[in-house]
Amino acid sequence: MHSFKGFLLKEFYHIFRDRRTAAILFGMPLIQLLLFGFAIRNEIQEVNLGIYDQSHDAVTRQITDKLASSGYFVMTKELHSTKEIEHAFAEGGIAEAIVFEPGFASRMIREGRANVQVLTDGSNPNISKIITGYTGSVLQDYRNTAFKTAEVGVEAVPLMMFNPELKSVNLFVPGLMALILMLVSALMTSISITREKESGTMEVLLVSSLRPVEIIVGKVVPYFLLSFVNVVTVVALASFVFGVPCRGSVTLLMLESLLFIVTALSLGIFISTITSSQQVAMMISLAGLLLPTILLSGFIFPVASMPLPLRMISNLIPAKWYLIIVRGIMLKGTSFGFIWKETLVLAVMGAVLMVASIKKFKTRL
Amino acid sequence: MKEAVLIAGVGKRFGEVQVLQEVTLSVGEGELFGFIGADGAGKTTLFRILATLLLPDEGRSEVLGLDVVRSYRDIRKRIGYMPGKFSLYPDLSVEENLRFFASVFGTTVEKNYELIRDIYSQLEPFKTRRAGKLSGGMKQKLALSCALVHRPEVLFLDEPTTGVDAVSRKEFWQMLGRLREQGMTILVSTPYMDEAVLCDRIAFMQEGRMLALDTPTGITTLFRKPLFAIRARETWRLLCALRASSHAASVYAFGSALHYTDNRPAVRADELLVALQADGFTEVSVSVIQPGIEDTFIALMEEKQGSDHV
Repeated sequence: MHSFKGFLLKEFYHIFRDRRTAAILFGMPLIQLLLFGFAIRNEIQEVNLGIYDQSHDAVTRQITDKLASSGYFVMTKELHSTKEIEHAFAEGGIAEAIVFEPGFASRMIREGRANVQVLTDGSNPNISKIITGYTGSVLQDYRNTAFKTAEVGVEAVPLMMFNPELKSVNLFVPGLMALILMLVSALMTSISITREKESGTMEVLLVSSLRPVEIIVGKVVPYFLLSFVNVVTVVALASFVFGVPCRGSVTLLMLESLLFIVTALSLGIFISTITSSQQVAMMISLAGLLLPTILLSGFIFPVASMPLPLRMISNLIPAKWYLIIVRGIMLKGTSFGFIWKETLVLAVMGAVLMVASIKKFKTRL
Repeated sequence: MKEAVLIAGVGKRFGEVQVLQEVTLSVGEGELFGFIGADGAGKTTLFRILATLLLPDEGRSEVLGLDVVRSYRDIRKRIGYMPGKFSLYPDLSVEENLRFFASVFGTTVEKNYELIRDIYSQLEPFKTRRAGKLSGGMKQKLALSCALVHRPEVLFLDEPTTGVDAVSRKEFWQMLGRLREQGMTILVSTPYMDEAVLCDRIAFMQEGRMLALDTPTGITTLFRKPLFAIRARETWRLLCALRASSHAASVYAFGSALHYTDNRPAVRADELLVALQADGFTEVSVSVIQPGIEDTFIALMEEKQGSDHV
């Protein structure tokens, strides 16, 4: 026990004395959260709008005003010909152009319908789709209030459950938690063990009376605690700065996070048992863990829309399961009864990796 | 004399390369035993096998009567091992390093302070300094303190003085001498011949084989030919001329002189002197000298290489 305590103390010295490690551990969660929260957003604000109004009547002006006052669009350009539209897009001055056909108002009154063309910049399909959606709903809204059409029809009234404003922060925070924990736990532990191998200190540790389990646990405990501090920081920041709710049980969220940390740590140790240099460990952690965590876990791209082979691979990524759990708890207020399967998957992954790394940990060089 | 270390026919290969071949020797309790050899001679591999960090492919080996393969856990508690690479934590201070190594061996610095006082007292003024910022000699003293802090019965030091300045090397060996006086068995490897003299017994290692094993004085008797030290005004031209001579068995620079052996059985110093003066060399001196350890080592290496080529 005495020797284990000494080992732990040494690990904490390493972490706090190396400025780079400390910076990654404590700075990265903050910076990433702020980056994702403020800079990287899916919601659209201040779309530069060009109008080609061939009608110039009361209705087109009203629609234009309504678009401008919605808060999403900024009237940037008055266009005068079809040619000009293309030019304006190419210049990058506008992200959307709206074309009203000649005699818009009179046609609307006479025939009950009139044509408006919505053009967007397809070079960024995600944004285009969102802009088109916004414009459509503004137009729909106008039609409903201005012309109480007597037509019989079906009207879809959408309501986005759990995230009515479609705030992307709500989507990113769970993914970010997975990313940070993966980075801190897996990357840092794998580097810290391989560093001992590289510097020759592992030779001395092996000759000492420390058992392999003690060495592994001694490496894990500090990062376990620090990762937990990070989880608390991220959840607190997300809640106070960005108003991300935690609708479910905070205790459950923390327990599930601890489970994910253990899984990530086991992965880190496993990596370090199969590599012997810090550089290789870092490459494996970055290429083999971070990229899949970002791309295949459903953090940014939904798993459901991936082709089958990728969907199958995504099942192997711990972050995918953690993401389902965290989104469930934070945004939907899900209770344990609905996420026990995901929890079980994480627990099994963690246990298998931990046993494998203790088995694989060499008691010799 | 009881044996502290026993090595019997030990061999080790890494892939295709045979790094150790049939090494057999034993080290008595309380002995200061030196392994001499160039880089790649297999010294580090042998030390790692004895420190239970590597498994031998052939032969068997015992430390303190315990088998290095089966009883590695018991051996580890009773030995001190200082690897060749700098193996302290550079971001920990001198004192923290020592306390750490004491704790992982389940002891405290205070308990065994007596043993390391001699060495550690020199480091104490710098005990808050990071180990990474110490000079080479200081680092090795700290590493030795760390390897000693749990009072091991056998100490393995793998090239402890490589890259250390001459004064620190001397101090380091004085410390080893004092440890031996206290009855500790010490196995040390070194590429420096001048350190070999300070050992009780030495083993010459070359390409994984043991070339010779004896006391430092005993080993020089393996050198059988008369050895001449030759000096002249133009050392470089002298070296070239001697190498070109058909009578030369071996010529190499040794300090300011050249060490020379002749392949004629009964050649005398004055004969050589006359011949050299006839070749136009000035300020020539030729004398017969006692071969040192380095001379013996070089001769044995060349003999070995010669027999390999046949």
